[in-house]
Parts: sequence; C-alpha cells; structure tokens
Amino acid sequence: MNKERTLGEILRQQGVSRRGFLKFCATTASLMALPPGMVPTIARALENARRPSVIWLSFQECTGCTESLTRSHAPTIEGLIFDAISLDYHHTLQAAAGSAAEQARESAMKENFGNYLLVVDGSIPLANAGFSTIAGTSNLEILKEVAKGAAAIIAVGTCAAYGGLPHAKPNPTGAVPVSAIISDKPIVNVPGCPPIPVVISGVLTHFLTFGRLPDLDHLGRPLAFYGNNIHDRCYRRPFYERGQFAESFDDEGARKGWCLYKLGCKGPVTYNACATTKWNNGTSFPIESGHGCLGCSEPDFWDMGGFYRALSEPIGLSARTVAGGAIGGAALGAASGLLNRKKKAEALARHEKIGVDELKDGETK
Amino acid sequence: MNSAEFLLWVRGSGLQIALWIFLFGMLIRLLEIFLLGRKKNLAELRASGTAAGLRTMISRSLPPGGNIIHRPRFTFVAGYAFHIGLFVVIFFLTPHIQVIESLTGLAWPALPTPVVDIFTVISLVAMLALLWHRLASRLLNFLSNGGDYLAWTLTFMPLLTGYMAYHHLWFPYTGLLAAHILSVELLLILFPFTKLTHTFTIFIARWYNGMMAGEKGVQS
Repeated sequence: MNKERTLGEILRQQGVSRRGFLKFCATTASLMALPPGMVPTIARALENARRPSVIWLSFQECTGCTESLTRSHAPTIEGLIFDAISLDYHHTLQAAAGSAAEQARESAMKENFGNYLLVVDGSIPLANAGFSTIAGTSNLEILKEVAKGAAAIIAVGTCAAYGGLPHAKPNPTGAVPVSAIISDKPIVNVPGCPPIPVVISGVLTHFLTFGRLPDLDHLGRPLAFYGNNIHDRCYRRPFYERGQFAESFDDEGARKGWCLYKLGCKGPVTYNACATTKWNNGTSFPIESGHGCLGCSEPDFWDMGGFYRALSEPIGLSARTVAGGAIGGAALGAASGLLNRKKKAEALARHEKIGVDELKDGETK
Repeated sequence: MNSAEFLLWVRGSGLQIALWIFLFGMLIRLLEIFLLGRKKNLAELRASGTAAGLRTMISRSLPPGGNIIHRPRFTFVAGYAFHIGLFVVIFFLTPHIQVIESLTGLAWPALPTPVVDIFTVISLVAMLALLWHRLASRLLNFLSNGGDYLAWTLTFMPLLTGYMAYHHLWFPYTGLLAAHILSVELLLILFPFTKLTHTFTIFIARWYNGMMAGEKGVQS
C-alpha cells in the first residue's frame, strides 16, 4: 500500500461506504464521550490522515492481544483502520522474516524518526537478558532503541501495561511493564487480557484526530474506555443489592443469573469497557456467559487471591501464624494473671487484722 | 505501591499482622481478668447464677423500662442508634459475611445493601452527634481523654471508608476498599489496648453482676 494515500482513500478502496465510515466515527465519538459535534471533526481528520508508521514489538506475551485485534470479528472498520496504518514491523503479521524483518524495522525507524507510534505487547524480563530475545537482541535493549524515536507508546495488554502474567508471583523472569523502563515518552496503557479491539482503534482514532493521546486515568489508561467500573455497569448489579448470589456455578442462583460476587467476580475493582462495548461484535461479556470478571485490566490480577474467591476474602493467611499470636497472648496473659494472683495473695497475707481486743487497748501494732 | 498492590497487602500480610496482634492482645487482657479470680462465696446459694447471668447480659443491653424519660435522652438515642447500626453493618453485609465465613466457616443470610446503607448513615450521623456532644458538654469534655477520641476515630474510619467505597465517592474503588480494610486493621490492632475492649468486657461484667445477684436471690 502506498503510504501517501489518505485513510479515507484506503477505506473507500476497501469498500467501506461513507455511511459506514461516519457510523464508525459517531460510535467512536460516543465511546470516548465526545460531543456529537466532534463527529465531523473525527471524520475529517481520519479522511485526511496519512498512514502513520507503527512499529509493534512483542516481548514476553502470548500473542493473545494480536489475536484479539485481528480476529475480533468479520471485517470491521476497526479492523480496516488497523489495515490502514502502516504496520511496518510485527512478528506475527509481517511477511518478512529474519534479518529482512529487522531491516524493515530499522528503515521505518529511520524514515519516521520522532513520528512513529510504538505499540508494545508483552512484558520485559530484567532478571536475565537471555530470557527473551529478538534476533539475538534482548527485549530491554530493543525497547530502549525503538522508544527513542517514537512519538508515543501504546502498551497493549496487561503484560505491557502492568507486567501481567509474567509479573505474577514469584515473577521468575523479573518481568516489568513498559512504564518501568521508559519515562521520557507519552505512554498509554491499554490493558486487558486481551484488550477490547475497539479500545485500540479508539486510541488510534484519537491520536489521528487530535494529534495527541487521550486523557488518562491514574493507571495510565484512556479514561474514555477505562472510566467505568464493571460492577457499576453490570446488568447483574440489582441482584448484588438485593443480596441474591450464585453460590456455585450450577446452583439455582447461577441459573437465574444472580450476582457472581461470592464466586470471585472482580467487577467491583475492575475498570474496563467490557460491560458497555462487550465482546464478539457486541454479543456479550464474560459475566453474561455466567463467569465472574477476572479483573484482567487491573495490575496484578493474577495475584488477586484466586479467581474464585470473593474479593473481600483474606488471602494467604497462615492459620499457624495467627494461632501463634493466640498462643503467645494466652501464655503471656496466663503468666500475667498468675503473677497478679500471687500479688493478691501476698497483699492479703500482709493485711493486718484488727480485732476488738486491739481496739480496746486503744492502740494498734 | 499502586492501589492494587495496596489492596493485596491489606488482604494478606496486613490482615495477618492485625489478626495476630488482636488475638495476642485480647487474650492477654481477658486471661488477666479471668485468672485474677473472685472471692469465694461462702453463703449458701439461693439459686443458680447461670440463668440470672445470662438474663442480665440481655436485660442490661435493653433500654431501661419506664424511667427513660429521666435519663439523658440524647445519649440513649444516639448511643443505641450507633451501636445497632454498627452491629448491622458489621454482621449483615455480604462481603463482611464472606470474610467471617472464610475465617471461621460460619455464614448466615445477608441484608440487602440499601438496608445496610441506611444503617451506615444512621451510625455515621449518631457518631458525629455523640462526638459533638462530647465536645460541647463541659462535663463530658472534662472527663474525656485522648483514649476516648482515639477509640472514636478508630470506629468512625471503617464506617466512613466503607460508605465511601460502596458509593465510589471521590476515589477509585480499589484504593477505597484497601483503605477500608486498612482502617479495620488499625481498629483490630489497637482494639485490645483501648476502651474498645468493652465490646467483650461489658458482657463479662454484666454476667458477673447477674450471676452474683442471682446466687443471692436478688433480682438484677
């Protein structure tokens, strides 16, 4: 594809109607909570956008994020927009291999220095450079090198955003997120395991429309997509309020679609767009399929005390340690009690008894 | 440490430390009291003290009949409202029952959250009113010391943070939930060493009073 053509031209060539394109712009605007007046602006900006160069680096990951984006559903405008960026380097998707692939990356970096977007999925191992390498170069080195000329970095998936699965205890590879290494570039975290495809295209659209990255929350996520709490937007919320819970995955409560809190749903601490944009072409999201939210867009979701334990339940309590406290307290209490008893007995022994005889004499000893 | 790590810590190590200190401290306090023993009752028993002890534990927890009008009404109403509210909030919210069940294996049905929410508000308002009363009344002010205000703060914070977490007030839920659990842990840690021990000792004292009166054949 010719890089000089605009996004509008490419989409038209792909058979996307004007109506379909505007519909996408309107959906994106409403998803990002932008006023309807912004739709023409988005449309204009996207129409005229030159294909931005994107370098996609995959580190310690499972390719699930790429799968999510490329196989999301039958060709959609999200997918086509993804086609319409100049994806100059991506292990899984590029045709080139070996040194030709690395060359493609290097020439893209050179041509677009300072302007290309860097997308990262996967965490970076720090414990040993050899744990994950690309063409003999460690992940850490390659990230630092590519980040230098990037306009911005999009950390796709929970691994790149917060360390994800590789970062789970005991973190054998010393995995860290992108933000732990790069601090001088704007970074957008798009967490999720995997993230929702429309969120990626939303961030790209925002970048193409406004020339800057969207507003972020305290965890570096675009507020437009991660501003809502799953629990707040959950269609099962009324059952939580009423105290109606599924106690197991095949009881009456589960069949009636009651709240999954007791079965370990992490909805209350999870901020993501699943409950609103949903998955599989807007079909459903995990809670609608009868399984609690895993909280996959949150840091350390693997270590949240188990997927099937209620959020309020204690984790990793050692009964022995706690019992140690009880035994220690009991021993000390008993010792102190016996000491007090002794004191009492001594005081009693020292107590002088005064009888009538002593009083009669008008004197006490 | 981000809010997720903070939450993990308070649900794990933090709770472990708090429970350890709570059990350690409470057992010292209670065993000290029990092992001190009581004077032997040399008189012949008029009746069993057991029933009277149990009865008094309950009867003295209820408002006194008839003469309530002559008592300081404000303290009564606010005191009962706060204690009942606290009881309902602690023992009838689903996430709380889940905690108790995971620690002890005991569980019971929960109340709907809007009901628990109302009791939380009642407790919060009553506690604020009681604090205002304590500060405004010259007598109470004179009698109060740092321990009283510490006990008030330790009790108030879990209620406030729990209310804020449930309503997602001002901060993200994850951090609020962690702050809520931490406030409970502070309460547990200082519980044995403040006036909060009355939660246990009050019933022990009422039991003794009732039992001794019962053994003497006196109504208590």
